[in-house]
Amino acid sequence: MTRELRRLSIAVLIMFLALFTSTTIIQVVQADELRNDPRNARTLYSSYSAERGPILVDGTPIAQSVPDDSQYKFQRVYPSPELYAPITGYFTLNQGNSGLEGALNDYLTGTSNAQFLDQITAIFTGQNPKGASVETTIDPVVQQAAWDALGDQSGAIIAIEPSSGAILAMVSKPSYDPNALAQHDTSAVIQTYQALNADPANPLYNRTIGGNLYHPGSVFKVLMAAAAIDSGEFAPETQIPNPPQLQLPQSSSIVTNAGGSLCGGGETVSLADALRLSCNIPFAQVGAQLGEATISDYAKAFGFGESLEIPMSTTASVYPSDMDQAHLMLSSFGQGDDRVTPLQIAMISAAIANGGTLMVPTLVESINAPDLSEIKGPSAEVYSQPVTAQTAELVKQMMVAGVSNGAASNARIDGVDVAGKTGTAENGEGEPYTLWFTGFAPADDPKVAVAVVVENGGGRGQNAFGNQIAAPIAKRVLEAVLSR
Amino acid sequence: MPPNVSLPAGRTGPNDTGAGTLTSSIRIRLRTPARLRNLELFLLVLAGALGLGAMALGQLGMTGETDAGILWSFAILGVFVLAFHVVLRVVAPNADPFILPIVSTLNGIGIGMIYRLDLYSGTTGWASDGVRQIVWTAIAIAAAIAVVIAFRNHRVLQRYRYIAMFIGIVLLLLPLLPGIGREVNGARVWINIGVASFQPGELAKIALAVFFAGYLVTARDTLSLVGKKVLGIRFPRMRDLGPILVIWAAAMAVLVFQRDLGTSLLYFGLFLVMLYVATARVGWIILGLVLFIGGAVVASQTLGYVNGRFNAWLDAFNPAVYDSVGGSYQLVQGLFGMASGGLLGNGWGLGRPDLTPLAKSDYIFAALGEELGLAGVFAILALMLILVSRGFRIGFNGQDDFGRLLAVGLSFVIALQVFIVIGGVTRVIPLTGLTTPFLAAGGSSLLANWVIAALLLRLSDTVRNQPRVVVSP
Repeated sequence: MTRELRRLSIAVLIMFLALFTSTTIIQVVQADELRNDPRNARTLYSSYSAERGPILVDGTPIAQSVPDDSQYKFQRVYPSPELYAPITGYFTLNQGNSGLEGALNDYLTGTSNAQFLDQITAIFTGQNPKGASVETTIDPVVQQAAWDALGDQSGAIIAIEPSSGAILAMVSKPSYDPNALAQHDTSAVIQTYQALNADPANPLYNRTIGGNLYHPGSVFKVLMAAAAIDSGEFAPETQIPNPPQLQLPQSSSIVTNAGGSLCGGGETVSLADALRLSCNIPFAQVGAQLGEATISDYAKAFGFGESLEIPMSTTASVYPSDMDQAHLMLSSFGQGDDRVTPLQIAMISAAIANGGTLMVPTLVESINAPDLSEIKGPSAEVYSQPVTAQTAELVKQMMVAGVSNGAASNARIDGVDVAGKTGTAENGEGEPYTLWFTGFAPADDPKVAVAVVVENGGGRGQNAFGNQIAAPIAKRVLEAVLSR
Repeated sequence: MPPNVSLPAGRTGPNDTGAGTLTSSIRIRLRTPARLRNLELFLLVLAGALGLGAMALGQLGMTGETDAGILWSFAILGVFVLAFHVVLRVVAPNADPFILPIVSTLNGIGIGMIYRLDLYSGTTGWASDGVRQIVWTAIAIAAAIAVVIAFRNHRVLQRYRYIAMFIGIVLLLLPLLPGIGREVNGARVWINIGVASFQPGELAKIALAVFFAGYLVTARDTLSLVGKKVLGIRFPRMRDLGPILVIWAAAMAVLVFQRDLGTSLLYFGLFLVMLYVATARVGWIILGLVLFIGGAVVASQTLGYVNGRFNAWLDAFNPAVYDSVGGSYQLVQGLFGMASGGLLGNGWGLGRPDLTPLAKSDYIFAALGEELGLAGVFAILALMLILVSRGFRIGFNGQDDFGRLLAVGLSFVIALQVFIVIGGVTRVIPLTGLTTPFLAAGGSSLLANWVIAALLLRLSDTVRNQPRVVVSP
């Protein structure tokens, strides 16, 4: 009997070892996989039950979690929903997150790797888990001014501090109310989302960094001028042939200047005047002379072709490749297949404003743990040095002339030198224009670089120019920064 | 092997009469000044602190405050346990000192989890499973005390083995009777006795263990020595097969008519193991396993619910199985809960065990895994393993074969039940509905397991007792 009992003991031991093993497999080995299973409601509830950190603008919450009696314990609230929607994005139960809510989800829920020690401490001290707060670089006054300036237009405004890359304002219209997507009734959230998604005005797009992208039109000439001078092939004074019409090679298309007129009045025009007056034909020739490879290198140095994390992902702007001569010439004044985000255009201005050094744009000033200790501080990172300081200085002077005595006159501010460039991009036969302004101020000590885009010709189809609609809007944004 | 099995039960020593017990127990107490009982008392204090801590932390985690009323009623249970301890000092001073603290700890942790789940659902008073569990625990401890006092000599039980068999089978089949039988969650294992419903199958396991031990101790010679040898393994004669066929038929009846795979497996496994320990015949085990596996395979093909359990076990994460009625939803929810507990657990009252269906009964292990983590469930499994090993220790060191066999049977039934339930929850085997001993909500289960604990305590007392009686003048 003892022998049998000994064997039975071994059998029982094996049974228990099987249980020890199976629990270990579930709770340790497969734990992450099980936690990430989309059917696992616990992960969801715990992400809601932890007090999600707020998103702040100058210390004031633009997204915060308010305690409520539901099983989720907190309700996400956006006090100025539409104004800040492109920045905060939305935070839904289980339909995904966007904006900073999505990009910094780990920090906001307190589960980022940087907060690992805090989580351990919270386990032992029994505190409720709490996420980090995110302080943005947004200036509320500039943001509001930009929002007001854009009025009822569809479009976008982005303002960047050239010396740091800090984004001061980010406005996209039409906007939406993220509160409607943060409610706990999932079916209502899905319904709202589908309605927003189906809206032809695309309110969910953050037009400053994504959406359908825009033809840059003449604002692209800033990059062209910088490339032309920096390459050493052109100086501001270099004279370029200036015919009233230009037949594109191997094409029946004819390029004209805006309004079909002779740009500048002479047989030739200087590069500086071509930018100041925004002439298309001279820039088509500049592009043809520089060649696709050279322009492409400069475009990349300014940020084209790369998606940035600001920290949400931006859509990469496109400078086309493998173009024939006709398309190369078209793309040289911002038509053809050039596609850009307003952020990209603002980055070009910011780099010129900052002596040719392009800073990495960012929305995040700092990330702070609930105990106010800093997890991530302000960072000013250099993205690239697309052009020399000398080139930047020359381009700046050309852009100042564009505002003071050129095609961007509506951005003039009394007592301040404003550098600027307008754009009026064509979108095809009969389609309304896309109206642009980009620039910076004050020219001698730039505090802000902006890009303004207004869709649908500002409501006037093909009868409006960037200087009429976009420049005055940009002026109000610049003034808001300068009067701080 | 001592041939004391043939001794007439009930006349085994001088401590049979009241006066004899008194003098001998006093004599023993003088010789060994209750070292074991003092150890037990110390461990009980730890158990009480653990249980009370679980209750208080569960309340704090759920509501942020403690409710003194329920803590007091929990403390009254402590008084019951202490009373048990005092009774043991008198009537079984050499009983194993670990059994009572272990079952008290497990029971306390179970009440803590059940009460914490009540706080989530907001039930109070008699609607609260936690309160009912406390009352049932009190009843179960009282019954256990009565058993320890009533059966001063376990060998009495051997005499009633056939009565025990009859009682066991009746209890097992009782839920099939129309009128009092009740079907819960598809399994017909409950009876309704007016004030409360009861799972008689839980008590049947004690009766059957007593029957198996008594029957096998007397019949093992014929079972082990007679029979044809096939392939080197001796198989029993047809006429000796009678009882095993009866038990097999009962197990299959439970499987088919009560639709309870777990209970069926539990009783048949218990019988086979006791048969093996008593007769040392592997042939029995093989025959029994072939019979059971044959029955189970047929059942899995023909009975929809068994088939569903197998699919849910093998292919739990398949969306079709997950979403089907009677599919793997509960199983997977339990796994999610345990995974969210991880290594250290979410803490009492801080997880979401309420998301798993039947978290208080069948799935209490997953709930504990969620809130106490791997560390906590390892501790619980270790306590169960120690409890079983204390029972086996009686099997190794006991003085009479009936007592040894009974102790092995009773401890193995706990081990097997733990394995069936927790193995089902953690996907070692297909999921079957059984209660986790001492932890899960349910009066019948508590009552049965406390009586088992009382019998083990009684049996363990003889292990130490006997040699000393022998050397006393």
